Amino acid sequence: MTVQGRKLVKTVGFKKPNYIGDPINAIKIFNDKEVDEIALVDISASKEGREPNYSLIEEMAGECFMPLAYGGGIKTFEQAKRIFSLGVEKIILNTALQDNLELISESASVYGNQSIVVSLDIRKNLFGKRELYFNSGSNKSRIPYMQVIRNCIEAGAGEIIVHDIEREGTFSGYNIPLVAEVAKQVSVPVIALGGANSVADMREVIREGHASAVAAGSFFIYKNNDPKSILINYPSQETLEKEIFAHL
Amino acid sequence: MKNIVIVNYGLGNPASIKNMIKKAGAGADITDDISLIEKADKLILPGVGHFGKGMQLLREKNLLEILNDKALRQKTPVLGICLGMQLLTNKSEEADVPGLGWIEAETVKFRPSKDTLKVPNMGWLDVKPQMQHLLFKDLETARFYFVHSYYVVPANKENLLASSVFEEDYASAIIKDNIMGVQFHPEKSHRFGLQMMKNFIEL
Repeated sequence: MTVQGRKLVKTVGFKKPNYIGDPINAIKIFNDKEVDEIALVDISASKEGREPNYSLIEEMAGECFMPLAYGGGIKTFEQAKRIFSLGVEKIILNTALQDNLELISESASVYGNQSIVVSLDIRKNLFGKRELYFNSGSNKSRIPYMQVIRNCIEAGAGEIIVHDIEREGTFSGYNIPLVAEVAKQVSVPVIALGGANSVADMREVIREGHASAVAAGSFFIYKNNDPKSILINYPSQETLEKEIFAHL
Repeated sequence: MKNIVIVNYGLGNPASIKNMIKKAGAGADITDDISLIEKADKLILPGVGHFGKGMQLLREKNLLEILNDKALRQKTPVLGICLGMQLLTNKSEEADVPGLGWIEAETVKFRPSKDTLKVPNMGWLDVKPQMQHLLFKDLETARFYFVHSYYVVPANKENLLASSVFEEDYASAIIKDNIMGVQFHPEKSHRFGLQMMKNFIEL
């Protein structure tokens, strides 16, 4: 669930935010749909250089009866501590990875590695070379992404989200080769994100891409992958069992 | 109204537990105040984190005496969650300090033989009750959210309340009289967790 301020929005390739509705309403619906986990990301906090929206996080945590991860604008351990105290299980870091890996080690030593998720936003350049971005896709990393991932794990990150910026919101399918490349080289769980278009696609990125888990935004927000019709949806346990778990 | 107390010794996320209790239609105090713990009709021992740190904090806050009295003499229903379950055992591989020792059991680390199984065990697993008990009323087929690297091995089968599968079967819930422990997080397991909280409130 990506938010700007108090608005739930969906973007395409990190651009063109489309207003979806009230995030509190959406989380209530996701509760009823019995989703496994919610990741709430404030996509404008770092860009606007502001603090996480603690009151929204607290309200969301109060309505979230499943594990909740929060990302967006976390720069200091004090902020991380405050977010955990509101009822959040995991923090998601991206912009802070540019220059502050101590935030990972400090948080992991208190809250455990399992509570630190790093989100790697990756996009190809004109020559087809994959590059890592921070700050909602606006700052390019000088360090290659595999090195950043290794540094994060060394510092204590417990999960890696591999996010293909170009596929975000496009329903073009997960970037299976990219996910596989990362998953083969790390010992912590890798979560695939960006481009989800079907439950079968999720199965393939788990099978072929060795993802430990899959995440999606637009796929769960729009009906039939059509950005013109907003309808929060989630596959039933029976569907997941039949289409995914039975094939693993 | 029953008086439910979530023992706030500094680890875990008592706010989430209180939220779920509220959703289940009751209230709870989050506290380390001995006089409030003394008055409790039900106790919840939360916790995420290190076994040694957990025991150290219980000791530093002078909570051991009152907790022993409530659990063992007054027979107040106690629910340990995650690390709170592990603390009910005699000891853990994670630390060199004794646990509460209320249930004959020890806590050991997961050492999966397959490298596809990652530790911590994180995510949703089926939980199968191994005996008839009101804590699992209407939860014969249920799944719960887990995050843990250590697990409990009860010495006696009669203390095994429910099991789950990681690499093999292990104890995902234990019990002895009024003392219960669950390795998973009912407060983060939507309708199943809600049902379990209702069951605990009604015990």
